[in-house]
Amino acid sequence: MKIGFYPGCSLQGTAREYNESVKAVAEAFDIDLKEIEDWNCCGASAAHSVNKDLSLALPARILALAEKQGIDEVVVPCAACFNRLAVAQYELNEDAAKKAETENVIEMTFNNKVKIINVIQFIDKYIKDKIADKMTRKFEHKVVCYYGCLLIRPHKIIGFDRVEDPMSMDELMTTIGASSLDWGFKTECCGASLSIARTDLVAKLSGNIIKDATERGAEAIIVACPMCHSNLDMRRPQIDEYVGKEIPTPVIYITQAIGLAVGVAPEKLGLQRHFVKVNTL
Amino acid sequence: MWLQRNWDCNVILSKLIPYKVSNIMSRIGVFICHCGENISATVDCERVAKASSEMEGVEFATDYKYMCSDPGQTLIKTAIKEHHLDGVVVGSCSPRMHEATFRRACSEAGMNPYLCEIANLREHVSWVHEKCEATTNKAIEIVHGLVEKVKRNRPLDAIEVPVTKKALVIGGGIAGIQASLDIANCGQQVILIEKGPSIGGHMSQLSETFPTLDCSQCILTPRMVEVAQNPNITLYTYAELEKLEGFIGNFKATIRLQAKSVDDSKCTGCGLCTTKCPQNNIPSEFNEGLGTRTAIFTPFPQAVPNKPVIDKEHCKYYQKGKCKVCQKFCPTGAIEYDKPDEFITEDIGAVVVTTGFNVLKTEFFPEYGYGKYKDVINGLQFERLASASGPTLGEIRRPSDGQIPKKIVFIACCGSRDPAKGIPYCSKICCMYTAKHAMLYQHKVHDGDSTVFYMDVRAGGKNYEEFVRRAVEEDHVNYVRGRVARVYEKSGKLIVKGVDTLMGAKPVEIEADMVVLATAGVANKGAEELAQRMHISYDPYHFFTEAHPKLKPVETNTAGIFLAGACQAPKDIPETVASASGAAVKVVSLLSRPTLIREPLVAVVNRCAPPLFSTCVGCFMCQTICPYQAIEREEIKDRKTGKVLKVIARINPGLCQGCGTCVSFCRSKSIDIQGYTNEEMYAEVTALLNK
Repeated sequence: MKIGFYPGCSLQGTAREYNESVKAVAEAFDIDLKEIEDWNCCGASAAHSVNKDLSLALPARILALAEKQGIDEVVVPCAACFNRLAVAQYELNEDAAKKAETENVIEMTFNNKVKIINVIQFIDKYIKDKIADKMTRKFEHKVVCYYGCLLIRPHKIIGFDRVEDPMSMDELMTTIGASSLDWGFKTECCGASLSIARTDLVAKLSGNIIKDATERGAEAIIVACPMCHSNLDMRRPQIDEYVGKEIPTPVIYITQAIGLAVGVAPEKLGLQRHFVKVNTL
Repeated sequence: MWLQRNWDCNVILSKLIPYKVSNIMSRIGVFICHCGENISATVDCERVAKASSEMEGVEFATDYKYMCSDPGQTLIKTAIKEHHLDGVVVGSCSPRMHEATFRRACSEAGMNPYLCEIANLREHVSWVHEKCEATTNKAIEIVHGLVEKVKRNRPLDAIEVPVTKKALVIGGGIAGIQASLDIANCGQQVILIEKGPSIGGHMSQLSETFPTLDCSQCILTPRMVEVAQNPNITLYTYAELEKLEGFIGNFKATIRLQAKSVDDSKCTGCGLCTTKCPQNNIPSEFNEGLGTRTAIFTPFPQAVPNKPVIDKEHCKYYQKGKCKVCQKFCPTGAIEYDKPDEFITEDIGAVVVTTGFNVLKTEFFPEYGYGKYKDVINGLQFERLASASGPTLGEIRRPSDGQIPKKIVFIACCGSRDPAKGIPYCSKICCMYTAKHAMLYQHKVHDGDSTVFYMDVRAGGKNYEEFVRRAVEEDHVNYVRGRVARVYEKSGKLIVKGVDTLMGAKPVEIEADMVVLATAGVANKGAEELAQRMHISYDPYHFFTEAHPKLKPVETNTAGIFLAGACQAPKDIPETVASASGAAVKVVSLLSRPTLIREPLVAVVNRCAPPLFSTCVGCFMCQTICPYQAIEREEIKDRKTGKVLKVIARINPGLCQGCGTCVSFCRSKSIDIQGYTNEEMYAEVTALLNK
């Protein structure tokens, strides 16, 4: 089975382990991820607030390339890339004139029909039903699932899961034997790109998330977004400072959790790459 | 054959009157109204009248400042008599405004009223065009079209329909109770059917009512007893409308009487059975799931009728075939397990639909944790907690552990005014009942702290705004303008995260002991199906639609069926009672007439001399598309032998609404709408085209 794959910049840099774990899990389930050749930046997180045309042209080029390369479904693990691609596709489909103009800019014509899915949809569609057969070790841990903001928004366009109280990741975690805890910060803001300009705010916002998770006894926080991950993981020293104590709870990608459950080696999943060490698992 | 009445001969007679097509013989009068300056400011009325007088067949034409006034009408009447007019065209405002006025004037002058037509020179011409020659020309053309039409109009007689003097009221809430009592007190017979085992509806569940804080049960239960005792009211509980056929004044209702498994005539209502039933852990509907009941039960102590029914879904005997405890203990032998549902049919003259509403209980807002956290409840559940007859006997105790909540949060507009997740409309009652809830809470928990999150406070109504101010100022309810983003549980507390938009969008976090959601008012389950069964229209939210939002608020588009209460839209008690009395007056005025007069503007299948009898070929395509089930089969029989010579369509004039769908579907052009026959319409259109 062949499915298109758009990594985006994060998966080549700060979220290498996300890239590795997505690919490792796909491989474990005999799914061939075909990376879009000559892909470019999706435009997140600055383009859409600076230049509307650019914010449409960048994703449009990616989608046009995918179409050219015979890809009709593309999995986009990064939540920001997913959001940009999906929103641009929707906006171009709604506005024929804009689409023509954008085609002119990217010097390619395209139908704009490539199906864009995030990593949860990808797992739900191709992997979920087969997990039980492949599971070697139940992921028996108490976890909280953190969805962040972009994975399911805007709901009108994404049309996936419940917007204020999503459950899809919780269901997946239950499938691999974890007990997913009820908590209050599923979709709270992590501070996102303020990570660079206002690290203090990220420490506060992400700190509240981490605090609630640990107070409920979570052994890990499950995420599906490189931005969320870097704020909750890389900014841990600042978070610890805000909370006033050292919090050891690791933040892992959902693909890493699933990978562990189906017996993929931790190194192949990039678990050694986190700032907050994943020892307890 | 019960629909067959002697009055249909009227229609057939009028159909047999020969066409009056001779143009030369016509003596039409044209009357152009200035409508003050409404028409004459842009249309040269005098020129229209002059041009009309030159039209073929026009005997008399004139213009006048106010044709609808008494002198105006006299002008028409005099002209009809003096000039022996046999047709009238009035160029004036919309026929919706004054067609009836002018037709009545013609009728008073001895002319058949259906020989009078209205040319709409106001809405169609003067109000929508500039003053210029073309505008006047358009007015002349419209008048010309109608002159040609009226030449071909045939006199019609109003249809007389008999009236069955009995009303059916569907739904025994406060709307149904009020409507039934009002109709019955006017001396008319009423059949009141209620789906549940008792009448009383949502009002019987309420604690105290805004804005006076009088006890809901105290004002309602005497009325319920009145219903039971009124000799003009026949009450069927545990009953539903199965089928409704017929038409205004002549409905036939089939009612399903669900087997109660208890013989009402033997049962004394002693209640022994309900104390003995072993199935005693069923969530009580009356208490909105906050209390329990037995499988044989009366919903509440003041129920009318105060006799139990067996809920077969939960009864051990019905489910497992063993038990019969209630039968063993019943001192009068009233328990009858094997009785099936019964069906009765009733002849009905008018119907009042009062099926009420419900509140959203689904997982519309998972972020508020309803269904997940026991102490997140909806407004109706809070009513039960605050009610003296409720599961806590009126003490505010939270469902999870029975503790008195010291901090309570009310969230208004849960689902209302929220097109993305809920419904776009305002549920209207929530602002007031939330203020009342907070007030009742403060009255009962003196050291308690209550907060209301709201969008706007909509307190339009007599003494309503004052009531809300009282909650804020005297009872110190904390009103926060802003939405709540999420409710979650932490260390036994419900954390309510919201925003205060009046304080610069400041995030607010409250550690509450209990949260009450003012969930949107929605149509009852099954409302859509019921509407289809009765052929009344409903809106996208399955609320029933009134015939006119302002001027016909209790009528439906189906004659003889009326609406009252919250089945139309969320309504509070005063408004519900007002609409119920309104509907009752409509019913009484209908039932008090010996016969009904209907406009004869209905479809008819043509008839002609034997051996053809009619050009209808009996394909019955019309029958399949008629939205009012008005078309039936008619057998034309040989008078001597009784042999069926031909089967043709026959349109029941009582049912026909004159929509004309059958006319356009008829393959042999055998159907015409009286007053709008093909010939008449073609004449009008042709005249317009050949200017």
